[in-house]
Amino acid sequence: MDRLDALEAKSIAIFREAYSELDRVAMLWSLGKDSNAMVWLAKKAFFGYVPFPVAHVDTGLEFPEVYAFRTRYAAEWGLDLIVAPCPPIEAMDPTLPPAARSASRKTAGLKQLIEARGFTGIVAGIRRDEEGTRAKERVFSPRGADARWNFRDQPPEFWDQYLILSAPGSHTRVHPLLHWTELDVWRYIQREGIPFNALYLARDGKRYRSLGESDITFPVASTAATLEAIIAELEVTRVPERAGRAMDHETEDAFERLRVDGYM
Amino acid sequence: MEGRPSLVRVVLAGHVDHGKSTLVGRLLHATDSLPDGKLENVAKVSSRRGRVFEWAFVTDALQAERDQGVTIDASHIRLRAAGGDIVLVDAPGHREFIRNMMTGAATSDAAVLVIDALEGAQEQSYRHCFLLDFLGIRELVIVINKMDLVDFDRARFDQIAAGLQAYLDGLDIVATAIVPVSARDGDNVAGLSERTPWYRGPSVLDALRGFRAPAEPLDLPMRLPIQAVYKFDDRRILAGTVLSGRLAVGDSLLFSPSNKIATVKSIEAWNEAAPPREAVAGEPVGITLDLPLFLERGEVASHVETPPVETRVFRARLFWLGAKQLRVAQDFTLYYLSSRLPVTVQTIERVCDPGASDGLSMAAGKHDSVTQDSIVDVVIRARDLIALDAYDANAPTGRFVLVDQDRVVAGGLISMKGLVDQRPAVTPKSDHLHQVTAHISPAMRAARNGHTGAVIWLTGLSGAGKSTIALEVERRLFERGYQVYVLDGDNVRTTLNADLGFSPEDRTENVRRLGAAASLFAEAGFVAIVAAISPYEADRARARGAARAPFHEIWVKADVAVCEQRDPKGLYKLARAGEIKNFTGVAAPYEAPPAADLVIDTTDQRIEQSVAALLDYVTAVAAT
Repeated sequence: MDRLDALEAKSIAIFREAYSELDRVAMLWSLGKDSNAMVWLAKKAFFGYVPFPVAHVDTGLEFPEVYAFRTRYAAEWGLDLIVAPCPPIEAMDPTLPPAARSASRKTAGLKQLIEARGFTGIVAGIRRDEEGTRAKERVFSPRGADARWNFRDQPPEFWDQYLILSAPGSHTRVHPLLHWTELDVWRYIQREGIPFNALYLARDGKRYRSLGESDITFPVASTAATLEAIIAELEVTRVPERAGRAMDHETEDAFERLRVDGYM
Repeated sequence: MEGRPSLVRVVLAGHVDHGKSTLVGRLLHATDSLPDGKLENVAKVSSRRGRVFEWAFVTDALQAERDQGVTIDASHIRLRAAGGDIVLVDAPGHREFIRNMMTGAATSDAAVLVIDALEGAQEQSYRHCFLLDFLGIRELVIVINKMDLVDFDRARFDQIAAGLQAYLDGLDIVATAIVPVSARDGDNVAGLSERTPWYRGPSVLDALRGFRAPAEPLDLPMRLPIQAVYKFDDRRILAGTVLSGRLAVGDSLLFSPSNKIATVKSIEAWNEAAPPREAVAGEPVGITLDLPLFLERGEVASHVETPPVETRVFRARLFWLGAKQLRVAQDFTLYYLSSRLPVTVQTIERVCDPGASDGLSMAAGKHDSVTQDSIVDVVIRARDLIALDAYDANAPTGRFVLVDQDRVVAGGLISMKGLVDQRPAVTPKSDHLHQVTAHISPAMRAARNGHTGAVIWLTGLSGAGKSTIALEVERRLFERGYQVYVLDGDNVRTTLNADLGFSPEDRTENVRRLGAAASLFAEAGFVAIVAAISPYEADRARARGAARAPFHEIWVKADVAVCEQRDPKGLYKLARAGEIKNFTGVAAPYEAPPAADLVIDTTDQRIEQSVAALLDYVTAVAAT
C-alpha cells in the first residue's frame, strides 16, 4: 500500500463506522477541495453510493463558481442535497471580530439544520494540519446539546476503536480527513481525477488556497495554473493554507472561540 | 506516487518540562519547516504573555494551553526532511492528560522520549515508555536533553541511558539511538555538536530519518472483521478492513463466532478499472459470498484452517485509564474489532505502577481494586462466545478497549495462557460437507405424534434430582402416548462418551455430544430429556445454539450442602476423600444458569411436585 492508499483506507473505515454506529448522518459539503475528496471517499466506502444526505450550509455569500459547481455535481454524483440557510449577521455575537462574526453564521445555520432534521452524526472535512485547534480534534468528536466542543475532556482514541455516544440533543462530529494534509488531498484529487473548482487555479498571479465566503476569503499570490503546478507549489511553499481566511487572523483566539462554539 | 516513501509519524513523549516542545521548535527551525509568519506570531503571543520567546506556542494552540503553559492535547506538525516528510506529534507530559498522550501516540509509527539530564528519568518518562510499547510502537529514540545544564558530562549521560535501557529490556520496544542534546542551544539536534566529542551520532534529525513506517502484517493469518453488511443494490456486500494476512476470490471463509462457512465470490470496489481479485492487510474491502448466509456486524472472517480462538473467558493486560477504581465483578462493554459485548472482570491477578523505575515487576496477590494509570492483569468473562486472537499470536486483532458507560476506561492486550480454545467443540473438521434436505418436515412429524419435538435439558449438581425427575417424567409422558426418551449423562458416558474423562476439555466434549444426540432425537420428533450436570454455561449455551429443535434449559436446583447430604451414589464422600478428582461442586466449578427457562428447586420440594412442574412445562411447550 502506498501512502494515499493508507490514508484512503483509514477514511473509508471511519465512514463505515459512522454509518453503522450513528442513526442519522449528514455530510457537510462546502464544495471545496476537501469536501469533494470526502464525497469521493464516501462513494468508495459505500460502493458507489452516498447513503446519507449531503448538506451545504449556505450563507448566500459563496462565489458564483461555487454555486455552479454545486448544481452540476449534486446531479452528477447523485447526491441527496440539503441547502441549509444561515441566520443574518445581526443575529450573531457582536463581541466577535467582524470576519469571525460573519463566519459564525455558518455555525448557527448548522445548528438549525441539526435541530430541524435531528441529525446525530455530522461528517466534516477538517484536517489536523490546517490549523492549531483542529490539530487537537478527535476522529469522532462528541458535541453537547449546544454543539460545543469540550477540548478539555476528549475521549481517548486508539487502535481504531471509537467511542460513539448518543445522548438526546447531542451529536457527534465525524472527521474522516483529520489525518490528511493539504498536499495529500491534492495528490489524491490528481490520482483519482476528482473534479475541483477552478478558483483554486491561479489567474493574474493569484489563486485561492482555501475557499470560504466571498466577503472574508482572499486569494494568495501564486502562479500555479494547473493541478500539477499546485502540487509543485505546495511541496515548497511556506505560506500557510488558511492565510487568505480572514477569520483565522483577526485576534489570537478568534478561531478557537468559533470552534468551541461549534464551528467546523 | 507509487513507491514514494510513506510519511512517518513520530510522537514526542516524556515527563512534563523535560523539553519536548523546545525540541519540536528547534527541529522545525533547523529544517526550515515553519510557515511564513509563524515565528513572528509566536513572538507576538509570547510577549503578550510577558515571555521572551516560547517555542511551545508553535504547537500549544489553545488559549488555555498558552495561558497556563501546559500542553493539553497532542498537536501534529510536519517536518520537512530530506528523504521524506516526518509528522511530529507533540504529546502532553502531564499525568492528567495521559489519555491525550495515548491518542497522539496511537497514530504514530515511532517515538522520541525526552529526558531532562539534570532530573533524570521521572514518573511520566517510565509510564510513557510503557505506554508506547503497550500501544504497539516498536522503535524509539531517547533524547537526553538539557545536557548544557550538566556540562555535557558523559558519565551523567551514560548513567541515565543505562537506567532506561534496563527498563526497556522488559519491553518489546527498542531504542534505536540515545542522543545527548541541548534543545535550547541546538546541540546534536540537526548536526553533531563539538560540545560532545565523545558522542559519535546520530543527531536527532538523522535518527528520525532512520525510522520506517511499520510494514502491514501480511504473513499473519487472515482476519477480516465485518464492519457492516450493505444492500444498496442487488449485491449483498460484507464490508470491513483486512487487518492481517491476505484474502482472494475463491477463498473458503469461516465466520466466527457463528461458525458459518462460505466462499468469496467477488471483491467489490467502486471506480476501479477491474474488480480486485485479492486484498491484503490494511485494505478496506467489500466481499460477496456464494451462499446467502445471515451475517452481521461483529463477525470475524478467517480462513477455515486458521481460525481465531473461541472462548468466553480470556486473560488480558490492561492499561487502566479510569478515574474511578477498577473493581472485581465490575461490568463493562468490550470494544473488540467490530463487536460490542457485555463483559465482567472476573479476577484481578496482578497490578503494577508503570511510573516506577522498577514498575514492571508485577505484584501478584489479592487485589480487589486498582487505581488510575496502573497496569493490571485480569481475567475477563463474556456472556457469549467471542472469537478472538491472543496478542502474541496476532497483534492487530489481539487488543481491545473497555468502556464503562460513556468513558473509555482501559486498553487491553489478550492472552489465552492456561485457557482452553472451545472451537474444536463447535466446528466441523471437514469443510466438504453437503447437507441433505429431508422430505419429512418437523410439522409432519408433529402432526402424527400430537406433539412437537424438543430438547429438555436438565442441568444441576450431582444429587439434585435430575435423573429421578427425568425418568419419572419420561414414564408419565410415555403413558400419555408421547414419543419420549431420556439421555442420562452417566449412561451415555458408558457408550457414546466412553472415551471421555472429567477434564474441562472432556466435559465440554461430553456436553457437545449429548447435545448433538438430543438434537437428533428432537428432530426425529421426540421429546428428548437430557439429565447431565453440564457445569459450564458456555457448553449449555452451545448445545442450545446447535439444537435443531426447540431447546429448554431446566435448572434442577439444590445447593452443594443439600446434595452432599443426599449423596445417593456416595460420590461426594469419595470426592471429599480425594478418590474422585474434579468432582463438580467439590473441586470443580458449577456455573448456575443465569436465565433458565424453568427452575425446579428440589431443596424442600417433594419429588412428586418436581415431576408435576416439569410435566406441566413439557406438555405446554410441546403442544401442537
